[in-house]
Amino acid sequence: MNICVCIKQVPDTNRIKIDPVTNTLVRKGVPSIINPFDTYAVEMAAKLKEECGGKVVVISMGPAQASKALRVCLSVGADEAYLISDRAFGGSDTLATGYILAGAIKKIEELEELKFDLIFCGKQAIDGDTAQVGPQIAEQLGLAQATYALDVSCTNDHAIVKREVDGGYDTVLVQTPAVVTVVHTDQMPRYATYSTRCEAKKKQVHVLSSAELSELDLAQCGLSGSPTRVVNTYTPSVQKLGIMIEGSSTTELVDKLVGILDDKRLL
Amino acid sequence: MESYNTLNQEIIDELRAVSDHVLVGSAINPDYAKDEMPIYGTHMPDLVVQAYSTQEVSDVMKVCYKHSIPVTARGAGTGLAGGAVPIFGGVILDISPMNHVLGYDLENFVVNVEAGVLLKDLQDDCITKGLMYPPDPGMKYACLGGNVATNAGGMRAVKYGTTRDYVRAMTVVLANGEITHFGATVSKTSSGYSLLNLMIGSEGTLGIITELTLKIIPAPKATASIIVPFKDLKTALSAVPKFKMAHLDPQAIEFMETDIVDMTERFIGRSVFPKQCNGEDIHSYLLITLDGSSDEDLDEQIDQFSKVCFDNQAMEVFIAETPSQISNAWAARSAFYEAITDEIKMLDECDVVIPVNKIAEFIPFVNEIGAELGLDITCYGHAGDGNIHIYQCSNTMSPEEFEECNNKFFDVIYAKAVEYGGEVSGEHGIGNAKMKYLEESIGKTNVDLMEGIKRVFDPKMILNPGKVCHRL
Repeated sequence: MNICVCIKQVPDTNRIKIDPVTNTLVRKGVPSIINPFDTYAVEMAAKLKEECGGKVVVISMGPAQASKALRVCLSVGADEAYLISDRAFGGSDTLATGYILAGAIKKIEELEELKFDLIFCGKQAIDGDTAQVGPQIAEQLGLAQATYALDVSCTNDHAIVKREVDGGYDTVLVQTPAVVTVVHTDQMPRYATYSTRCEAKKKQVHVLSSAELSELDLAQCGLSGSPTRVVNTYTPSVQKLGIMIEGSSTTELVDKLVGILDDKRLL
Repeated sequence: MESYNTLNQEIIDELRAVSDHVLVGSAINPDYAKDEMPIYGTHMPDLVVQAYSTQEVSDVMKVCYKHSIPVTARGAGTGLAGGAVPIFGGVILDISPMNHVLGYDLENFVVNVEAGVLLKDLQDDCITKGLMYPPDPGMKYACLGGNVATNAGGMRAVKYGTTRDYVRAMTVVLANGEITHFGATVSKTSSGYSLLNLMIGSEGTLGIITELTLKIIPAPKATASIIVPFKDLKTALSAVPKFKMAHLDPQAIEFMETDIVDMTERFIGRSVFPKQCNGEDIHSYLLITLDGSSDEDLDEQIDQFSKVCFDNQAMEVFIAETPSQISNAWAARSAFYEAITDEIKMLDECDVVIPVNKIAEFIPFVNEIGAELGLDITCYGHAGDGNIHIYQCSNTMSPEEFEECNNKFFDVIYAKAVEYGGEVSGEHGIGNAKMKYLEESIGKTNVDLMEGIKRVFDPKMILNPGKVCHRL
């Protein structure tokens, strides 16, 4: 069972504020973290490897400092790490990113002399929140996809994916190789230990640039290759706060609620 | 014993004339009758003033002073020793509406706040500015005024000290309503008695703190949290002094055993701490935060720290790398108290502080005494500074039986703590709950001195009567 996990280094959005004048994110001094959904994807891959054997390869597209995030993954179950980094890839929208990552995955299969059975992504990145890159990789590679995965188990040529849906979950059977996007699961991402951390430090983070990914059409990469244009960013208006109804019994609470609705002529 | 007047309509009208935020009768939320430990007694106030300014506090105090009405200051009501409970009724001065951060002075590294600002709000605000307010008591939703009034300590005290070390100055309303200021935005002082330091830890018995100037520091550039499992608590605690000897200076060193970890994980509904290591059961943990001036510096510290742990029989060293792992580990630690109260019908607690080198022998002693008395004992706390949280629990005893066993338990363990050179409370305060043990540990002479000081500040003894040193 060989698994590729795509991760992204993102600003810690808990530490970000909006500049009240320019309405843009103030990123100064904000630490970078691994996109939280991706940490669950790495954990899912590490667990499947323990159960079924195989190799976990973690990849990220980004600047040189993203190698720090990759090294963390190496300390919690990943075997190999690839950084996809080139100025030509900067400013890519989700379509271009999906295209580049799909090309990189094919190249890594060649370099590692293996075929990936599964490609994992986090459901979405917390900075862009699009949830598009995983499905676009599947489309580019012509693979089946299962999104919002809570759990994955495997048979010979299929994956059984438990998917989060409103009000519960459903279970689907997917032909492998497949792309699976992962939500927050009950399986907490494991801790690095001193020894896994030391081993991770010794490993190399391989870098793939446009030179290595020569089969990519650069006209489909980067800002110029991206059809998306961000014309404006703005802070969503604050929703009106709800009303908290307090009382000592259900009857009292219901009476108060009915009173409020009645006052507003909603009944 | 002082005699106090009770509120009548005339006094209520006088209070209403100086404040638009007066509550009486059914408008008073029953929560005002208690703090987080109702076992030490509950008592409804006769009137509550939700104060919005120092001037309002002053005006209210003038009326109460004139009529000899007891006044209890209150913030978020998260205390654990009865400090905010109005055991004589009278007026509660709720300063929680005074919740504004007034401004930062980044040339002198201080922040000015109103006393009702929540600890969490200040900590979060500091982080967004690349700063840190180091005191870190477990209850993040306490007011800073209450933190100062109890000299709250918290997890980072081992490296950064307690709340006292971060109070530069304060605005205080005295018992007679006079507004005064103690301290200054300076780093040192040799200017007479430190009235500022008298106020810190005075639990509302000397004056009402309304504004604070607090010291802040640049936030560390890199931090890591580490969970170190051990086969038993004694081995875990024995490792602690070795960190300092290796020139390591963790910002927090907490110890805990599996019982409280399991209880907390049931409470929060997820597993945070590893339970086994290489097939062996874990029994005790140290939870540690290291901070560094850069990633490289932190990396070096983690290596050195891990070596010290393994040299001292640690089963493993788990490193929380991601912000969610770090926050989950510390959120679980902060939820210990809530987890206990969720499962236990009757409980009492103490936060005795003893010399660090005595913890390893004190805890087995505490467990033994608890077992003899039929109490379930849960202990955890700050291994780095000797402050232990001991919970006496029972789901089977009658309230009378529990009280009797609990009193016997306190008598024995406080006596032992004093024998070790310890003190009654490391960070929760005395309130009305621990007065007997305070006098037993520091002696009548010292409590008389405290009471004398109170009488100078508060000649009518109207401020939080029956607390700390004011014997009835």
